[in-house]
Amino acid sequence: MLLNIKNLHVSINDKEIISGLNLGINYGEVHAIMGPNGTGKSTLAAAISGKPGYEVTKGEIIYKGKNIIGMSPEEISWEGIFLGFQYPVEIPGVSITNFLRAALNEHREHQGLKPLTGSEFLAKLNEKKKLVEIQSKLTNRSVNEGFSGGEKKKNEIFQMAMLDPILSILDETDSGLDIDALRIVANGVNKLRSEDNAFLLITHYQRLLDYIVPDFVHVLYNGRIVKSGGKELALFLEEKGYNWIKEELIDL
Amino acid sequence: MKNLEKNTSFFENLITLFEENKNKISKNDTKKISEVRKAAIEKLSKSSLPALKDEKWRETDLSKTLSKNYNYYFDAKEDNAKIGKTFKCVVPQLDSLSFTFVNGWNTFESELITLEDGIIIGSFSDAMKKYPEIVEQHFDKIFQSEQDFFSLLNTSYAQDGFFIYVPDNVNAKKSIQIVNIINNDENIFLQTRNIVIIGKNSKLSLIHCHDSVNQKNSFTNGVSEIFLDENSSIDYYKLQNLNNESTLLNHTNFYQKSNSNVSTNSISLNGGLIRNETFVEIDGEGCASNVYGLFLMDEKQHIDNQVFIDHKKPNCSSSELFKGILDDNASGVFNGHVLVRKDSQKTQAFQSNKNILLMDTAKINTKPFLEIYADDVKCSHGATVGQLDNEALFYLRSRGISENNARMLLLYAFAAEVINKISIEPLKNRIDDMVKKRLRGELSICEQCVLHCGTPEKEIDFQIDLSRI
Repeated sequence: MLLNIKNLHVSINDKEIISGLNLGINYGEVHAIMGPNGTGKSTLAAAISGKPGYEVTKGEIIYKGKNIIGMSPEEISWEGIFLGFQYPVEIPGVSITNFLRAALNEHREHQGLKPLTGSEFLAKLNEKKKLVEIQSKLTNRSVNEGFSGGEKKKNEIFQMAMLDPILSILDETDSGLDIDALRIVANGVNKLRSEDNAFLLITHYQRLLDYIVPDFVHVLYNGRIVKSGGKELALFLEEKGYNWIKEELIDL
Repeated sequence: MKNLEKNTSFFENLITLFEENKNKISKNDTKKISEVRKAAIEKLSKSSLPALKDEKWRETDLSKTLSKNYNYYFDAKEDNAKIGKTFKCVVPQLDSLSFTFVNGWNTFESELITLEDGIIIGSFSDAMKKYPEIVEQHFDKIFQSEQDFFSLLNTSYAQDGFFIYVPDNVNAKKSIQIVNIINNDENIFLQTRNIVIIGKNSKLSLIHCHDSVNQKNSFTNGVSEIFLDENSSIDYYKLQNLNNESTLLNHTNFYQKSNSNVSTNSISLNGGLIRNETFVEIDGEGCASNVYGLFLMDEKQHIDNQVFIDHKKPNCSSSELFKGILDDNASGVFNGHVLVRKDSQKTQAFQSNKNILLMDTAKINTKPFLEIYADDVKCSHGATVGQLDNEALFYLRSRGISENNARMLLLYAFAAEVINKISIEPLKNRIDDMVKKRLRGELSICEQCVLHCGTPEKEIDFQIDLSRI
């Protein structure tokens, strides 16, 4: 198993957001986590990525056989976990190329590889740009600065393509996307999808799952996964909304 | 070579000292300049040393500086020239002419030199001998009403400095680089007086460096007067990299005639106490004045930037951008004052001061200030004080950029906005490297001068932002 989360409890400022979550992901699988707002979807993504301020009070996150709780965000990144942000941060003055080259070379250093030369880097950049259908202009700009919502999300997928992660967590990548951008983002994921990696899609709507077909769908509610199923669960949720879960939980 | 006074009583006995050394101070003076000095010393006798109770000095405490003992020299030391020669400062790929001052005294081999295009460069003292009329016309002419204690002190005492005269219709091909080096075995107080005159339709780039060579106490009180005739322009860069025991007070006064351009950028990398006072008197229409600054201070360093822009005529624009990063117990002051007079319609004036405090113990006092009497103007001002953006930090780290590098990348990006205002490409690259070094904690005051004089240029390996693809 690539990722095995056991009885995870996460608090922010002493308030528990994730309360006993279990989730297993194998190589080659695409999982979708759905659920109403404020149930801990983004908290889960941040906790796996090692975001400071997200305190794991109980449980384990076993990734490739190793508990990654307590590792720094950069170490987690070097291990092959990528987080696509719901709200990518604008960083004026830092060009995308310099940023990506620095990131890539730190990954390579960790793997014991030599830094990429300028031309190797450029070649890789151009190859991945095509994959995400990015115009060349994008790379001459500061990270996310002045980007439209769609451009920001495309840029996340572009970075994912550049870093070639094993586990990609995409946090509401579909929010704020028009249908064309959504298609491009989904195409990017589908092209990168392989037997050697896995995806965890966090989404509020079923729409994204029309384009990226998941193997498993989980419903997150009150910090726990309350229901799991195949892709048809997403359609059911789309149709019925989330209220039935609340009712079902009360019944229990 | 004589050391005439050796303690704080220098500041207590200014009037007597002046009388005693009048002949030396005025050795090269014309009659007129002697009179100006006399008037200044008279005013000085009626004013007192700046103290915290003075509005303009409320946040900059000179008491430590003034409590130290200093030597003051009324003659140049003989070995200055020798020291000056060893400091051939080179900015790679920059076509410049370099002139070095040691402890405030020029070390030029010849007196005034005249370049092919008619530009005259040399020392202030030689200029008084050779071009008395030009010096008289320009000495102590700007901001008479604003003169404070240290301006007056400079006017009455200063014997040397640089003199640059650019005739009409000359676009100076080479940048001129002035290097002020402090290298004294004992504590020293020194003063320099600089005059720059730029003729109609002419253009000059000037790079002015302040460096210290050792860790001795020093106190520099410099005044520069820069005159821009119609349709002329200057790019004036200041690079300050002094030791922690140094004090640098630095008045730069610009006088602008119509359609002239001033662009000045002060990069303060190190220094015990630095105060840059920039005055711009806009006395013609169609002028542009850009006053920029970047400061990176740590330990107990103190930086103070005072800017006063006087819009005396309509249809001009001014822009101020000062950015600072303060660490440890460093402190800073920004005081920007833009005055738009009643008839200065269509003025555009922008002021911005942004600061990052890396520690709770660092502090900045910032006061952007617009004083507007015209009713058809476009002005804005703003200031920010903050820490590094944690969201941005996490974003970079989540991509595998380690925390230290991520911090540095963000700090560098913050500083780059000011660096990018430098229009001379080789200089920009050099300062870029120095700022990166400073952020990495690798830039101290150099063995030699700040521009790595005499040492072969080494490519600075900056892992984060190394490529310009």
